[in-house]
Amino acid sequence: MRIELVKRPQQSALFSALSPFIALVLTLVAGAIMFSLLGKSPLDALYYYFVDPLREIWSLHELAIKAAPLILIAVGLSVCFLSNNWNIGAEGQFIAGAIAGSILPVMFPDFQSWIVLPLMLIMGMIGGAAYASVPAFLKTRFNTNEILTSLMLVYVAQLFLDWMVRGPWRNPAGMNFPETRDFHQYAILPEIWSSSGRAHWGFVFALVAAVVVWFMLSRTLRGFEVKVLGQSPRAGRFAGFSSSQMVFFAFIVSGALAGLAGISEVSGAIGQLRPTISPGYGFTAIIVAFLGRLNPLGIIAAGLILALSYLGGEAAQISIGVSDKVVRAFQGLLLFFVLGADTLIHYRIRFVGSAPRNAEVSHGNA
Amino acid sequence: MKKTILSIAAAAAVLSFGTMAAEAKVKACWMYVGPIGDFGYSYQHHQGLLAVQKEFGDQVETAYLESVPEGADAERALERFARSGCNIIFATSFGFMDATNKVAGRFPDVKFEHATGYKREHPNVSTYNSKFHEGRYVQGVIAAKMSKTGVAGYIASFPIPEVVLGINAFMLGAQSVNPDFKVKVVWANTWYDAGKEADAAKALIDQGVDVITQHTDSTAPMQVATERGVKAFGQATDMIKFGPDTQLTAIVDDWGPYYISRVKAVIDGTWEQQDVWHGMKEGNVVMAPYTNMPDDVKKLAEEAEAKIKSGDFNPYTGPITKQDGSEWLKAGEVADNGTLLGLNFYVKGVDDKLPQ
Repeated sequence: MRIELVKRPQQSALFSALSPFIALVLTLVAGAIMFSLLGKSPLDALYYYFVDPLREIWSLHELAIKAAPLILIAVGLSVCFLSNNWNIGAEGQFIAGAIAGSILPVMFPDFQSWIVLPLMLIMGMIGGAAYASVPAFLKTRFNTNEILTSLMLVYVAQLFLDWMVRGPWRNPAGMNFPETRDFHQYAILPEIWSSSGRAHWGFVFALVAAVVVWFMLSRTLRGFEVKVLGQSPRAGRFAGFSSSQMVFFAFIVSGALAGLAGISEVSGAIGQLRPTISPGYGFTAIIVAFLGRLNPLGIIAAGLILALSYLGGEAAQISIGVSDKVVRAFQGLLLFFVLGADTLIHYRIRFVGSAPRNAEVSHGNA
Repeated sequence: MKKTILSIAAAAAVLSFGTMAAEAKVKACWMYVGPIGDFGYSYQHHQGLLAVQKEFGDQVETAYLESVPEGADAERALERFARSGCNIIFATSFGFMDATNKVAGRFPDVKFEHATGYKREHPNVSTYNSKFHEGRYVQGVIAAKMSKTGVAGYIASFPIPEVVLGINAFMLGAQSVNPDFKVKVVWANTWYDAGKEADAAKALIDQGVDVITQHTDSTAPMQVATERGVKAFGQATDMIKFGPDTQLTAIVDDWGPYYISRVKAVIDGTWEQQDVWHGMKEGNVVMAPYTNMPDDVKKLAEEAEAKIKSGDFNPYTGPITKQDGSEWLKAGEVADNGTLLGLNFYVKGVDDKLPQ
């Protein structure tokens, strides 16, 4: 016996709207079972996971800090994924943006003026975009697989950053430890509302980017082009759209936003370059993009939910003493149910006796 | 009237709660960079937490966070600790340094202890470290006796002073037995990655080393050494389980005594800022039993250990020549701690170019 996913002829509008909530309820139930099996009170656990981080202002700031890079990157990735460009290398573009944006405060620490920060942000976007255009070039020129090239360039960027902070950019006053000098005051991305917490303008950039890209995708010819070329390159060609131009467009938009996220994180949250500046934001953002159904407004919500699951996981570790592994398993449950519920809206499950009927077999879209 | 009584009652309740809180037990919190199951660095710090629990029982409440990424997340995790009522917080990785100092500035009543760093920007930040390199000297003595090829392999993490310090100490220990001894170094660029560490071990063995030591935290090199039939040293914790016929000894980080003393200082109200660098003498660095070696080697190792433990001998005592052949320390001259904590060059005999 086999299990097949069969595409539904029509998708239920009701269940499309309900699916995130169904997924949430299933997560809560499964999570409660998991926590009781571990001998912890499930109510306490769920409280620390979902409510505690939202109770205090400082914690909301932290939520914004954690969500900002996820949303910025995922919004850019939505353009890539909708146009059928599989950019898996946002982590590398994030780092490239951070390095390019840090050139001024690290190499020219005496150049102190209000103009430094805007220049840093622009250079960060250029750095990310330039790095992302490498796989775009390879794809259009040599027809290479962009999944592989963009992914491999992540490691190049990580090792390059590692080398920079240990070598040429090492802090002269840092006792040989691997980090650059601290950014001066004009190179620090200010806090939005500094009396109550440390959330910086990166979160505002994320919201603006989401709205702009949403408008572009849903209201402009360019957005239409993105979707047409994504769903049917042949149809796009008949319409006179250039698919190689689209490859560059998607990668550059996505790279620029990842680069902006990178320099915002470095200049807002960290204040210097270090060997590791991201706990995998570029990869987590892929999940965020799909969790938000590749809709920039949905991505805002998805980014906040994923950020909440990190903060909640931390609160649960401290308060009820579960291990980091349990926290991650719970995060996995959440994603599993969300993506599972979404898949079942588009597909139904059929149990097949023996004879395979490949014609109707399809694979999940998530 | 009724309202007044109510508010008085409320005030009394708040007051009594306040005093209760003051009398409440001390909460000590730990933040680890790796998983507590790494059987290495973070595991050993967690053993320190368990030692505190054992020592103080119900008097002290403990909490920990494992696998905290260095960077923006560290600052949030520390802030959460501070807000959740921790009285003393141990941040156990170098990369937590700036986050520790930033959060300490916002919570002047909470004591912060940062391992292996050098920044103490606020009076409530202390730093602490262990002289692991003392154990590495003893390992070097053993390696030089046990190796037939005259070359040992060293799996290193990051080229920071602490790691360079260990490589040089190992080299000096080995040269005290065999002046022509060589060390090959592979930089894994990670503290904990079993796959990379195993690859590094294989590469070293393929290059002809027959003793392996590591400054990374997984047990993978020990397991590879066992498969390939060479000897190895355990790191941070006694890894004899993972190489019963392989492990010569291990440097065990025993943080328990330090953690107990600092938590006790908080309980007694005597906590003060300090910067300590303890070693074998204070019991922070302990050698696991000497195994899989002939008695004469064991005796030599025990002598070296005893010499360091007594405090009479610093492995960094001249004459020591730098890798480039120039003189560093004259005969009898002892390196000062400041130089050692910022060490960025090799001594003679290390077969590697230090990443700069």
